[in-house]
Amino acid sequence: MNLSYILLIPFVPLAVFLVLGIFNQKIKPAVSGYVGVAGLAISTLLSYYTAFQYFFVHGKADGVYQTFVDKFIWMHFTESLHIDMGYLIDPISVMMMVVVSTVSLMVNIYSRGYMKGDDGYTRFFAYLSLFTFSMFGLVLATNLFQIYIFWELVGVSSFLLIGYYYTKTSAIAAAKKAFIVTRFADFGFLIGIFIMGYYTGTFDFQELTNPEGVVILNWASTSFMGLSVITWALILIFMGGAGKSAMFPLHIWLPDAMEGPTPVSALIHAATMVVAGVYLVARLFPMFYLVEGGFALQIVAYVGAFSSLFAAIIAITQTDIKRVLAFSTMSQLGYMMMALGVSGFEGHEGVGYMASMFHLFTHAMFKALLFLGAGSVIHAVHSNYLKDMGGLRKYMPVTNITFLIAALAIAGVPPLAGFWSKDEILVAAYENSQFIYYIGVFVAGLTAFYMFRIYFGIFWGKDTKYEHTPHESPSSMTLPLLILAFLTLIAGFVPFSELVTADKTGFEAHLNLPLAAIAVGVGLIGIILAWIFYKKENDLATRFASAFGVFYKWTSHKFYFDEIYFFMARKVFFKSVAAPIAFFDKKFVDGTMEGIGNKTVLVSRKIKAIQSGKVQDYAFGFVAGVVIIAFVFIYIWTN
Amino acid sequence: MIPGVSITEILTLTSILFFIGIYGFITRKNLISILISVELILNASVVNFVIINKYLFPDVLQGVVYSIFIIAVAAAETALAVAIIINLYRQVSSVEVKETEVMKY
Amino acid sequence: MLRSVVYLLFVLIGIAGIYFLADYNFLAAIQLTVYAGGVVVLIIFSVLLVHHIEMQLEVANRKKQLLTGLLCFAGLAVFLTTIYSHPFDVAGKTVTTTTAQIGERLLDYGPGGFILPFEVISVLLLAAMIGAIIIAKGEKKIKNKQPHKSPEPDEEVSLETEQEIQLDRILNEKSTVETE
Repeated sequence: MNLSYILLIPFVPLAVFLVLGIFNQKIKPAVSGYVGVAGLAISTLLSYYTAFQYFFVHGKADGVYQTFVDKFIWMHFTESLHIDMGYLIDPISVMMMVVVSTVSLMVNIYSRGYMKGDDGYTRFFAYLSLFTFSMFGLVLATNLFQIYIFWELVGVSSFLLIGYYYTKTSAIAAAKKAFIVTRFADFGFLIGIFIMGYYTGTFDFQELTNPEGVVILNWASTSFMGLSVITWALILIFMGGAGKSAMFPLHIWLPDAMEGPTPVSALIHAATMVVAGVYLVARLFPMFYLVEGGFALQIVAYVGAFSSLFAAIIAITQTDIKRVLAFSTMSQLGYMMMALGVSGFEGHEGVGYMASMFHLFTHAMFKALLFLGAGSVIHAVHSNYLKDMGGLRKYMPVTNITFLIAALAIAGVPPLAGFWSKDEILVAAYENSQFIYYIGVFVAGLTAFYMFRIYFGIFWGKDTKYEHTPHESPSSMTLPLLILAFLTLIAGFVPFSELVTADKTGFEAHLNLPLAAIAVGVGLIGIILAWIFYKKENDLATRFASAFGVFYKWTSHKFYFDEIYFFMARKVFFKSVAAPIAFFDKKFVDGTMEGIGNKTVLVSRKIKAIQSGKVQDYAFGFVAGVVIIAFVFIYIWTN
Repeated sequence: MIPGVSITEILTLTSILFFIGIYGFITRKNLISILISVELILNASVVNFVIINKYLFPDVLQGVVYSIFIIAVAAAETALAVAIIINLYRQVSSVEVKETEVMKY
Repeated sequence: MLRSVVYLLFVLIGIAGIYFLADYNFLAAIQLTVYAGGVVVLIIFSVLLVHHIEMQLEVANRKKQLLTGLLCFAGLAVFLTTIYSHPFDVAGKTVTTTTAQIGERLLDYGPGGFILPFEVISVLLLAAMIGAIIIAKGEKKIKNKQPHKSPEPDEEVSLETEQEIQLDRILNEKSTVETE
């Protein structure tokens, strides 16, 4: 299989970024939009071509999808431990490439309309291209270190894009928050990488994840605090993944990240970057599953399940539509993590893995669609808040239909994309753990409820008086909506179980009818409840909310998590840890340093006259020196 | 060799010239005076070249050729220095060293 | 100020006299044309250009003068003692050098030839010439300048023409020139 062109996929966006970044002021906005879209179109076509070649032309050899790797040694530490740079082509990376390129392309097209007239138009496209490049790099990484480099690059571009409106204080704060929280998580990731490198002697994915390889067979060789060091490393790496994927308790940055422009939310905080954590776990899945009986995987499962439930509950009470979508994203990511957590490895047991990837794929499509739809609404109404919207179906038919399709998909209504992937997740959960299965079903119901709450809130409900009549968005914005809606309709029929599985062999997936019926039923209940509550303007919802009282208040404040972190940081951490350290630092460390500094200043004041910049003084010193040296050499050291 | 004049006498003369130049270079506060002092220093060294060539190695021409080079460089240096001084004068209306010291800020 | 330049002229002519005595007639001629003819005129022009009648010559403070004087005397002492204690091996014969010999030596590319430094010095002079013109021109637009039809014979000449233009301007401002 000829893969020589594969480097073009990441490097075309990089070239676009460089061109747009360097000639920022010199390029007309219209041109930069086209350049961005054209660059991504190339990447997208190549990704599709790769996927087609990989899955259907080349296909399996001996029943297993091959892995293609091309790399060179970049940094050399020991014989086995070195950092490589290269690309790795296997089912999940091909699948991710398709997701990333598709969503990126859609978002680029969409942004041409959404960002029109904005000052930083070219800058925006440059950032988008940088992000896409980093994401491709992350997807194609061949080893832990390469993935880490691109992981951070993705973080940086996410930071730049959240803080895109850099004159807005809240945007800056959100960008910093996202960066710091994910950095904190990445710290764990980095330590995990170091531990992994130290104890296994390799960073390479293929060596690490080979089920018959030395790394996995010798996991028990060193242990620390009752667990294998490899397990510790996996937990730490998962911490990094949890930070990026906004898993509880590192989720707090995601809602704030909605300060960025809506296309950014769609691209980064819904479809691509946030799934990097899921991708990372999937990448290392054989390790998670086989080391120490899957202990680390258990953690993944429970964190995922809890995040999923937690976020779904919060999403019900939020009034900012983008925040609802943000929590929904978090909830769905939890779903994917959970699916990975309950997965097995071989054959049909790997249904969770497959379902997770499947859900990642479909979720990217319909969540991007939801965000872009929300962006279209925001574009028309100039507000993020549900209270400012209502009855928009008359004004925005295309947005209405596409949003409805996406909402139905996420609620798991057949035959839309979300139904198939969600069903597989629930099957996997049911086979593994009843407890997680019930959480999953409950979350499915909640998802349907909150999604239709905002759907009815935006497009039905009361007829809000608008200052100027909202109108349908321009075609550059509706076109991606329609394309994504189409993809949402058909994505569910992609035979994922044949293509993307844990052991790369593929298996026969079949619909588990009773489980599917339960899931769909729960989803429909959620929709109907939302219909009752929000279809017509009524006070049912308010009454219901007041009936729950305290709980509602808690939930609408996101269980006070921001406040708890704030309190933890401000009161506990600052007072008990930071303050004494600061005291020591000020008195002793700083004291010494300042003493040195002050002395230096004093001395320099004294000798400042020497360095006067007066050439004649220098000449004097020079001549005096020459005379003295001549004197010394002629009369004293004469022998 | 010059009849009736020994090499030490001429070297004494050039040493005095040299140190007069140095004295002027250090103490003068005017750029043109400094330029004149530099000319003195250069001339003292040129004479040294020539005289040593003449007295000690009369068969070769190295000293003479070197002094021609030194004169050429000195002429170039003077031309540049005068150009700089005039430009400076246009900027700060002065050719005092004190006034030009602000350039370092 | 002007007087000190005239004294410099005397010093230079005196040095030219030394060259004559040493039987280096060509060198003496160079000394007279380049130094007495070129450099001194240049310096005189610059003195005339930049000096106003009300200008006070600033002199270094006493302490510095004294210190420098001491230093110079110390240096002189070191020099002189060295010179007088060194046994010079004076050849004692007189060889008359002709200009042709100097020219041959300068253009000789065999061993002991000076063709390379000669070329380098020509480039240096050219660069100095251009540099001097550009610096002295200052903020005037170089673009508008007419290209010279013939190459300048010497860099000082071009500078002098520059300065004459300047001189006219300053004289038009009715500021008189003064001497030390």
